[in-house]
Formats: sequence, structure tokens, C-alpha cells
Amino acid sequence: MIGQGGWKAFFLDRSWYPLEGKFGIMPMVWASAAMMLGAVLLAVPLGIASAIFIRFYAPKAIAQSYRLMLNLLAGIPSVVYGLWGLTVLVPLIARWQQPGASLLAAILVLTLMILPTVALTSFSALAAVPKDILAGAAALGITRKGQIISVALPAARNGILGGTLLAMARALGETMAVLMVSGNVVQYPTGLFEPVRSLTANIALEMAYATDQHRAGLFASGLLLTLLVLVLAWLAARYQERNTYG
Amino acid sequence: MNRLEQAGPYTLGDIKAGQPCCVPVPHITVRDLSVAYDQQTVLNGVSLDIYKGCITALIGPSGCGKTSFLSTLNRLTDLCPSAQIGGNIFFDGQDILHDAVDILSLRRRIGMIFQKPNPFPLSIRRNLDLPLREHGVGNRAMRDEKIETALRDVGLWDEVKDRMDRSALSLSGGQQQRLCIARALVLEPEILLMDEPCSALDPISSTVVEELICRLQGRYTVIIVTHNLAQARRVANYAAFFWMQEQVGKLIEFGKCQNLFEAPTHELTAAYLSGTKG
Amino acid sequence: MADRLFSLLIWATAGLVVVTLFWVLGDVVIKGLSHLSWSFLLDAPRDAGRGGGIGPILVSTLLILLVALGVSIPLGLGVAVWLSEFSPRSSHKGRSFGAAIRLTLDALAGVPSIVYGLFGNAFFSIFLGLGFSILSGGLTLACMVLPIFIRTCEAGLSAVNDDWRRGAAALGMTRTSAIWYILLPSASPAIAAGLALGIGRATAETAALIFTSGYVDRMPGSLMDSGRALAVHIYDLSMNVTGGDPAAYASAFILITLIIILNALAQTFTDHWFRKRIYAS
Repeated sequence: MIGQGGWKAFFLDRSWYPLEGKFGIMPMVWASAAMMLGAVLLAVPLGIASAIFIRFYAPKAIAQSYRLMLNLLAGIPSVVYGLWGLTVLVPLIARWQQPGASLLAAILVLTLMILPTVALTSFSALAAVPKDILAGAAALGITRKGQIISVALPAARNGILGGTLLAMARALGETMAVLMVSGNVVQYPTGLFEPVRSLTANIALEMAYATDQHRAGLFASGLLLTLLVLVLAWLAARYQERNTYG
Repeated sequence: MNRLEQAGPYTLGDIKAGQPCCVPVPHITVRDLSVAYDQQTVLNGVSLDIYKGCITALIGPSGCGKTSFLSTLNRLTDLCPSAQIGGNIFFDGQDILHDAVDILSLRRRIGMIFQKPNPFPLSIRRNLDLPLREHGVGNRAMRDEKIETALRDVGLWDEVKDRMDRSALSLSGGQQQRLCIARALVLEPEILLMDEPCSALDPISSTVVEELICRLQGRYTVIIVTHNLAQARRVANYAAFFWMQEQVGKLIEFGKCQNLFEAPTHELTAAYLSGTKG
Repeated sequence: MADRLFSLLIWATAGLVVVTLFWVLGDVVIKGLSHLSWSFLLDAPRDAGRGGGIGPILVSTLLILLVALGVSIPLGLGVAVWLSEFSPRSSHKGRSFGAAIRLTLDALAGVPSIVYGLFGNAFFSIFLGLGFSILSGGLTLACMVLPIFIRTCEAGLSAVNDDWRRGAAALGMTRTSAIWYILLPSASPAIAAGLALGIGRATAETAALIFTSGYVDRMPGSLMDSGRALAVHIYDLSMNVTGGDPAAYASAFILITLIIILNALAQTFTDHWFRKRIYAS
């Protein structure tokens, strides 16, 4: 596979891709990137807020159940998210703006999927910040909000960053859910409501009928994806190492 | 944590006392032993005889290689790939460092007690049962008998006989250490190596374990590393004094405990024992 | 004042997340239950799945899982034990070797599932000639599950108190006995967690199976037959079959229930097998 893929990698640049004209995979690459960034933009604030909630605001019982819930969310298979997205989200979006199956749908579903990861890793990072530091801040008369924003978050910065990178890797690699809700039209993502096709969905859809060269191209795009994900994972590991606490 | 706290003073219960005197027949002979880790020598040129049935104390400040010395005797240094051992250790007619020796049976005959009690996270019964099974004692009745004997030896039988299936980790520190000694004794070894067995225990447990060690004299050969000079005096028949010279541990003086403490021949020994040095 | 606003914001976010979860799960439960029945669980799919049930599909799913676990559990435990007990840790070379392996495992764990599907297709289905089969799907899933499982088990084993290893050695116990009777049982919580993670991933997997175990929704006759996993069935029903939604929801409900059951089983299995006689103080 790698041999074949690597050899044919040349062809990616030379636009032999039978579907579009030149640079066939670029629309898909942009679509994947757009989905991932959109999801991260939504999930990270929500995830960090959840983590803050569990660590600082929720009473013990609620915190436990919330964490359980996040674990539950994390365990739901991607097809089920896709199913729900397809049957609930897409028609909802369609009412606002046709056709419904769109970049926005993909972003929303991905957000749901990576939210638990971001929340749970951020929580670990926050929980590892020693109570003494916060006590010190309190003694200086800093408000709860101030303690969290100015002391806890910076201290947990590396852990949170690591978690975010992992979530990005997950978003990039997600296939089924985005396949089901994004519309799968090969075009550049020009607007939130446009249907697009991600790199992963492309592989999944075309493998079934791809012939030699086409197959090789799909393998090559898979390789590209893997490389991107590996880089993100490596960065994430680096940041986790640098984590000041825990 | 669920601890078996004893309300009253610790007792050893019935223990078979060993013969009061020990025979000056060498059980282990060490010749010119040297130990190095990762090219760093920690012990050099150690030669001494360990006498059968006697308690030999290894004394001296930290870092002189006493623990390393102990670890070579049962080849526990094998666990550390960077360890380089030189010299000879003769036991039962064989050089255990160079001849083809069955390590597993060597370690049955030479048992070891560690500084920090390390009972396995299993029930009390299984802690003692497992080594027996490992060394081929198949008969359940025989194993039970050996277990009871060992527990009586260390004075734990009455304390734990009704709780044999409870976790060993629920015992107190002193009881855990006695359990570890029982675990070594259950294999009926000839020699017991003890690396500061009382240093992690409270004073009362420490006394109990010390008494236990005293009563092992005659039946077992014991080599005990200790920082507690008073303990060495109380417990040992022979003493070996180690000291650091040029960053390497060396054996300075060895002899009958009484003689060493009262009339040391080497000036370093005198200085250490009087508290001037170390 | 800003403080109150902030905490309001935080509570609101938490509320949002909870609402969304209940929305999704609620939908699955409600829409799923309405289509659910005993015959659904046992019958074969009719009318492209709109009618009938998921019987053969459940069988295929379980068979694929069995293959995946049957390969990854022994192999994973073996490698984890090898990594933590037998690769030299005290030398610098040994430590960096171990670190390199861990890094590789972490990297492999992050690879997208579709890429595993591609690999599985190229290697198991085509190169090894297994075609679209349960065996091929199961082996591909094993590849996916192994890195996480090995990593979790190895972390658990490394964390076990070194004192016990030395104690066991001093008692003249063989390495194998020490591992089997003491170390593995002590690490069993980590092993259980790894197992649960692996099972969760495997059962939920769709993309890796589409090209390796196939689409056929008949009752499989052997491991070499093609079989459709539950997750794949949900995908097919919702994307390719108009009016397949009710059945899809019911299948989704079953799938989630299956994952929960398997997780619980993993926990009790590891507990029973390893922790039978182990205590943690």
C-alpha cells in the first residue's frame, strides 16, 4: 500500500484525479480543515468551561454525574451521532437554509464528538493544579473568576493545549459522522451552509469503486491524513510533557 | 485502611529458641568481592567468612556498599543488568558467582528480608503458600503444616490464624515485616539476609523483630545490615565494619562482635563506634 | 458583578452540554424503543432492513468482536508484559527504546479509523486473500485496538510496586510466576480499563469494517463469510435506505446497550480472572 501510494504520490500534484480538474483533493483538504477548525472553535471554549464547571463550581455529586455523562458522550459511536445529525440536525438546518446537509452540520456534530475529550483532558489538567496556589491567590483577595482565569488556566495551559491537539486529531480523522451529514459534494467550502466532502469521507465513498490509479490516490490521501494526525498527536504529547503539574 | 491493631503489647508467642552458641565453621566464604554499577565501583576487595549458625552484623555509614554486598550473596544483583561483580563467593563447595548454579534453589536456601516490608498484595495464607508451591511442595497438608510452623516461629500464628484469608496489607508494619520473615522461613533456608529489617518500623515492633532475630541464632545463619549500633551489639555474634575509602566501600575490620566493640583494632572502627566519625 | 456573570456562563455551558446529551440519547431511546421488539433482535432483515430485524447482524458483530478480542488480548498482554518486564529499563539505551515504543504506540492509537480500513483492506482482504470476511474485519479491528490496549496495560504494569518484584525474586520465584500470580493481578484495574476502551472502540467502529468485513446482511456461515456489523448496518439504513430511519434508531439503541453491557462484562471478567485473590490493602 505504502509503496503504491508513495509512488503515485507524484500524481497528486499533477491532477490526474478523475473527479475534479486540477488539484483534485484540495477541496476536500479545505473541507476537512474547515470542519476541524470550526469544531475546535466551538468545542474548546465549551470544553474548558465544562472543565471549570466540574473543578470549581459543581457540588461533588453533580460533578461526578457530569463526568459520567461526558464519558457516556465519549462512548457513543460515531454512526449514532451521524444518524442523529442526519435525522435531526440536518432538517433543522434545512428549515433555516437549504440544503441542510452542510459544513455547519458537520461542524456541529464534530463539536459534540470532541467536546468530551477536550473537557476531560482540560479537567485533568485543572485538577492537577495544586490547591495551594489557588489559596495563595485567594489570600491576595483575587475573586473566584480571577483565580480561575489568571491562575488556574495558565498553570494548566499545557495540559489543555495537549487535549485540544488530540481533539483536533480526532476531528480530522472522523469519517462516518461527517460522511452522513456533510452532503458530500466535492467543492471548496465557500459557506457554512454549503455541502462539502471531507478527505475521510472521500476515501470511504470512493474506495468501493476505485480502480488502480484512483485507489492509489485514495491511499495517498489516507497517508496525508495520517501524517497530519501524527504530527498533531506528537505535538500533543510534547505539550503534555511540558505540563507544569500532573 | 483496615489495620489489625493490637491493643496490648506485642508478643512473640511460643518460639523455639536456637542453640545459644554458634559454631565457627564458615558457611559462606567471600574472597576479594567487588561490585560496580555502570562502571562506578561501590565495593572493593571484600574478603570475609560468614560462620554457620551465627548472626553477623554489617555496620558502617550509608553508601558503603553493605546492601550491595548482601545482594550479591543471593545473586539478587542479577536483576540489575548494569551490575558488574568480581571476586568469588563460595557456598556449599560452589562459587555462586561463576559456577553454573541453580539460582532458584540458591534463593530458596538463602532468603532475604528487605528494609521496607513487602508482603504481596494477596491474602496472608497465599503470601506463604505461593513460595511453597513454586518450589514444588505439592501436598496441601504439608504446605499448611509448614505455614503454621513458620508463623509460629515469628510469633504471628495466634494473631493471624483466624484471618488467614484476609489481605496481608491489612497488617501493621511490624506484623508485615514478621510476615515477610515467615515467608522466607517457610522455605526452610539455611541463611537469612536482612537489610535493615527494623529501620522502617516503630520502636515496639522493632524490639519484637529484634527478639525474633536473636532466637534464630543456631538454627539459621543470619547476616544483618544495620545502622543501629546498639542493635548490632544486642543481636550479633560477629560484626563487619565497612567504610568508604576513596569513594569506594571497603571492609575495614571483622571479628567477634564483643571484640570489635570493646577493643577495635583499626582506628576508623574505633572512631565510628565512639561516634567521632560517621 | 463580573464574577456572577462568569459563574452564570459556566453553569449555562454545563446546562447546554447536559441538554444536548439528553437530546441525542433521548432521541435514540425514544425512536429506538418504538421500533424495538423481540423479533427485531432475532429475525433477519427484510426489505433492505426496513422490516424484519437484526439477528444475523448481531451474530456477525459478535463474531467480529470475538476475532478482534481473541487476537488482541493475548497479543496485547504479551507485548505489554514484554515491554514492562523484559525490556531493559535500567540502562539508558533500554529506557529510550521503551520510550520509542511508547511513542509509536501512542501514534498508532491516533491514526484515523478509515486509514486502518484502508490498511486492512490492502493487507488482510487483498494481500492475504481473506476477501470481505469476518476474519478480515476482526483482524483489522485487532490492529486498531492493540495500541491502546498495550499502552494501558503496560502503564499499569510499570506502576506496580517494584518491591514486589524484588521480593518475588528473593524468594526464588521464576519471572513467569511473579508475573502471573502477582504483577498481572495487581495491574488488573489498568487491564480492565484498557479492555473496556478497546471494546468500546471496536464495537463502535464502522469505517474500518466497511472495506474489510463487508456489507452482506445474511447470517454468516463461517469466519470467512462476509458479515455486516451493527454499526455498518446503522450507516446503511440511514444513508442508503429511504424509510430506514426507525430501524436505524432501534439498531442504534441496541448498539449503545451492547457497548454498555460489554463494558460491564469486561470489568467483571477482569475482576474475576485476575483479582480473585488480590487485595489492595
